[in-house]
Amino acid sequence: MQIRIEHRPSPLWLRTLIPAIAILSTFLLTSILALLVNVNPLEAGYYFVIKPLSGRTSALEVLVKMTPLALTGVAVAFAFAGGYFNIGAEGQLYAGATAATAAGLHLHGVTPWLALPIMLAAGFVAGMAWALVPALLKVRLGIDEVVTTLLLNYVAIFGVSALLNGPWRNPVSQWPQSPDIAATAIFPRLVPRSRLHFGFLVALAVLILFWFVMRWTAFGLRMRAVGLSATAADFAGIPVPRTLLTCALVSGGIAGLAGVSEIAGIHYHLIDAISPGYGYTGIIVATLGQLSAGGIALAAFFLALIDTGAQTVSRVLGVPVYLGDVIQATLLLTTLAALLLQRYRIRVLHATSRSAEGDA
Amino acid sequence: MSDIFSLTFLVGLLSATLRVATPLVYGAMGEIISERGGVLNLGIEGTMFLGAFTGFAAAAALSNAGVAGYLWLGLAAAILAGMIMGALMGLFAVTLGVNQHVSGLGITLLCTGLALFGFRLIFGESDVLPKVTPFAQIAPLGATSPAGVVLEQYLLTYIAFLVVVPVSWWLIYRTRFGLNLRAVGENPEAADASGVSVARTRYASLVLGGALMAVGGAFLSLAQLGAFTPGIVAGRGWVCIALVIFARWHPVRGMWGALLFGGVFALQLRLQTLGLELPYELFLALPYLVTILALALAGRNVAYPGAYLKPYHRE
Repeated sequence: MQIRIEHRPSPLWLRTLIPAIAILSTFLLTSILALLVNVNPLEAGYYFVIKPLSGRTSALEVLVKMTPLALTGVAVAFAFAGGYFNIGAEGQLYAGATAATAAGLHLHGVTPWLALPIMLAAGFVAGMAWALVPALLKVRLGIDEVVTTLLLNYVAIFGVSALLNGPWRNPVSQWPQSPDIAATAIFPRLVPRSRLHFGFLVALAVLILFWFVMRWTAFGLRMRAVGLSATAADFAGIPVPRTLLTCALVSGGIAGLAGVSEIAGIHYHLIDAISPGYGYTGIIVATLGQLSAGGIALAAFFLALIDTGAQTVSRVLGVPVYLGDVIQATLLLTTLAALLLQRYRIRVLHATSRSAEGDA
Repeated sequence: MSDIFSLTFLVGLLSATLRVATPLVYGAMGEIISERGGVLNLGIEGTMFLGAFTGFAAAAALSNAGVAGYLWLGLAAAILAGMIMGALMGLFAVTLGVNQHVSGLGITLLCTGLALFGFRLIFGESDVLPKVTPFAQIAPLGATSPAGVVLEQYLLTYIAFLVVVPVSWWLIYRTRFGLNLRAVGENPEAADASGVSVARTRYASLVLGGALMAVGGAFLSLAQLGAFTPGIVAGRGWVCIALVIFARWHPVRGMWGALLFGGVFALQLRLQTLGLELPYELFLALPYLVTILALALAGRNVAYPGAYLKPYHRE
């Protein structure tokens, strides 16, 4: 018997099982860590994926956590689909959060019908602005966008710290946090006695828009063509630089919306730790969701579940909360490997039937 | 403001420049060796972080057990962790041939998660930062003359500049392995046709590169700080990625890039102490901005290795 790998897609039934294969291997791999801390992996697994959904409060909390992940997931997917590697969603989120706070501080007495669009527009524009320099460097000078977007994340976080320890330091508490935004700029709650807020609807709208643009517009088609091969797209007469620039800026804008949503929906003021790495998790979400709107929604939901579960596991079983981060990263890597089943199939050849194949 | 030009200031600046540049030299050499074989290793940030953690955790455990060479053994543990992560990058970039950007970032996220998990597990949530007595500095010229003070550095700094940089250059340009590495990075089909194993060469470069990255991280925890903090690496791995492009994949130019970044970083540290009326966070952001600027000025039309980002499978 021998195993051979062929360069053609695996059968459909196996391809539909890709997420299950990735999740199962992630579970097996991370079980090692659970066993290391004397925790039954099955019990931990229960707290990670079942317990959060078994109660109304915690289930809604999963949707709260899903909101920024869906937004950064779409942001990353929008760039990646066009072949632009925007790894700067984290910084763009900080830029969006900062602009939303700046706007929110001045919206006292403005009707929410006006205040909320202003908040969203401010965050979107700020995210775009933060994405502009790497995009221009890429399009005009051919400078690799991966490094520049990554480095600007740190600049954004330092910039927010400077604001919070300087002009925006809370005058009452002296804590490094900004004053609260105007009450009219706060996102309304969707469900009583929960933290689920208007930002969730924003995320859903962005997901639907993303699906529409990719599926039904000429721009979506051009974008995917550039993403597949910039050379071929250029040859076909597609304006590659302009398409890349649009991808990069819209991607930054959507990441900025995630910042708005966290400010106006959760915190109501700017803090240092506005994001525990949502921009980076967005890369996992986009990859798991295979750059499709439906996939991103599912992936964001699942990763939000793991985030929520990690809190529970830490509280109940005393496992460090960072187990959640390890699980998410492992899931990304196992998914990357499992996705190979789309391109290759594994065949087991039996020596009796294929003895003439030689010693390959 | 006349302070800026004083001898003491200059001596302090040069001394700090060498110290700050050290982890960048290790990281940049590791990344240059990896990329020369055609693989972009974005796992560098995480590998440095895991190196810093592993080195510290091993050293702390051994020091508590009363083992004398705990720092060097900690360093060895960090190297081992770095080699494992380099091999893992090889699994994804070489064997499986998947997207190097995403798998590299995945490895960084994995390393970050593992290190934070391990730190919380071993040291708990105490308010007191666990510490080990770090490497001592050595002063070959004594610590009295200005030159002597500048050269009062860690042994790992000496090794970085006097051993790792020249040996990296020698390895890439003067050895059979380096010839194979460059061939595999430029034209894997031709290398394969002439009997060089593309996979084995790339794995070797990633494992060696991972080891160097981890030493860069361990320098921070075992020499500079004697402790491990979540912000210990703070994007230095990404700076190394920029330095490699800036250096056009040449070790000596990579060293100059590291010194440039080290100089800017050291300068902003000095400027903070001058009591200027600016938030210190803006100074902290300065080195990252200068790196982007340097890339914008020197990173135009650079010739990437021919097989950069391209997995190789024999047809």
